[in-house]
Amino acid sequence: MFPYLRLGPFIIPMASLALLAGLWVGLPLIEREAVRLKINASTLSNVIFSSLLAGLVGARLGYALEFPALYSSNPLSLLALTPTTLSPSMGLAVGLVVFVVFIQRKNLPIRPTLDAVAPGLALFMVFVGLAHILSGDAYGAPTSIPWAIRLWNEYRHPSQFYETFIGLTTFLVIRERFPKPEGTGLNFMLTVALASASRVFLETFRGDSVFWPGGFREAQVIALVVMAVGFYWMRRWMNLDSMPNTDSNQRS
Amino acid sequence: MSGLEKFDMTESNLSSRKKRWEILMMVSLTAGFLWTVVSRVPSAVGAPLSSSPSPREGFLAPDFTLDTLQGEKVTLSDLRGEIVLINLWATWCPPCRAETPALEKSYELYKDSGVVILGVNLTSQDTVSEVVRFVQEFGLTYPILLDRDGSVSALYQLKGLPTTYFVNREGIIRTVVVGGPMSETFIRSKIEALLQEVP
Repeated sequence: MFPYLRLGPFIIPMASLALLAGLWVGLPLIEREAVRLKINASTLSNVIFSSLLAGLVGARLGYALEFPALYSSNPLSLLALTPTTLSPSMGLAVGLVVFVVFIQRKNLPIRPTLDAVAPGLALFMVFVGLAHILSGDAYGAPTSIPWAIRLWNEYRHPSQFYETFIGLTTFLVIRERFPKPEGTGLNFMLTVALASASRVFLETFRGDSVFWPGGFREAQVIALVVMAVGFYWMRRWMNLDSMPNTDSNQRS
Repeated sequence: MSGLEKFDMTESNLSSRKKRWEILMMVSLTAGFLWTVVSRVPSAVGAPLSSSPSPREGFLAPDFTLDTLQGEKVTLSDLRGEIVLINLWATWCPPCRAETPALEKSYELYKDSGVVILGVNLTSQDTVSEVVRFVQEFGLTYPILLDRDGSVSALYQLKGLPTTYFVNREGIIRTVVVGGPMSETFIRSKIEALLQEVP
């Protein structure tokens, strides 16, 4: 656990390489699914790449906005290769906005596009688990169960392994494309719902939860809301597709 | 015939599928809600604090006592209430040399705001004479500690040089930076974030 790769003057965390590997195997999967769903795969690939880039820039700018005086006096620091000066929430928000704007501007059909993304996204989640195994992040709560692992000076739930196993299970489910008809966005929403459901379940075994008043775990509550939103859209799109074909319910 | 075409789109089929999915959704949401309620910890509020020190974010910084170049003893836990940057370095490490001016400048800017920088030299892989020359070359004013037996680098599970730990007033590690060099903007942004923390 926690290995670093030294490349000349750079020390690269293996966890970052695991995430890159996740992109490397996830993107071709998305392209294959796009071809199957009759979407322009290279356009979708470009949109995803642009969204990732925009997310990265947004994350750095989001961090810099927290310290405007420091960064305005030394703007070149915006280009520093330091992953700890990123704002993940801002990066995610900017990446999502750019993704939505670009698929509209490139005239990609939204729901089939989301379904094309689903298996690649589910596979990427497996690599997020692997990255956590390598970094020791997302560590488990102290426990005395027989399969506990010694981590950060205590015996803990192997929460990173739980996460990877459930991520792999989710990927296998999503790969089966159970929700029908295909290309209606249902498989993507199922991915979102399953990822959220796994977080609701696994958060209990985490040792780094942030608690809200009443002892509720922040991540669990947020994941529950995301799961409900995912199911809401699944139900809505199912209703849309069970109605007779009209202009208003064409797959957008 | 493709998988897409094979799918039976008759109204009864769609309706029964929809019903099954709806039941599954309701069961999942209810189970998720109950699990969230059952697994809450009523006594807990805010971020967790581990009882055992460990060299990573969110944990108490492992305590140590080391000699300075001048022969005084410095104990980390005595600095509780101040923001502490623990910078592990060696004179032969190029990124360590590169980030030293930024550390010195940050120290000069923030030392009156309750910020301490501890430059922990890996003396087990260095020499005191080289350390003295280094300190004079850069005109360092922050305390330089000598890790003569490598015990602190072992305690902090050192993965590479330089490594810096940003520790808040409660002694909790907030950021770990493995490798370098850190820019002055980066160091100052991390210090500013720690200064903004409500005790």
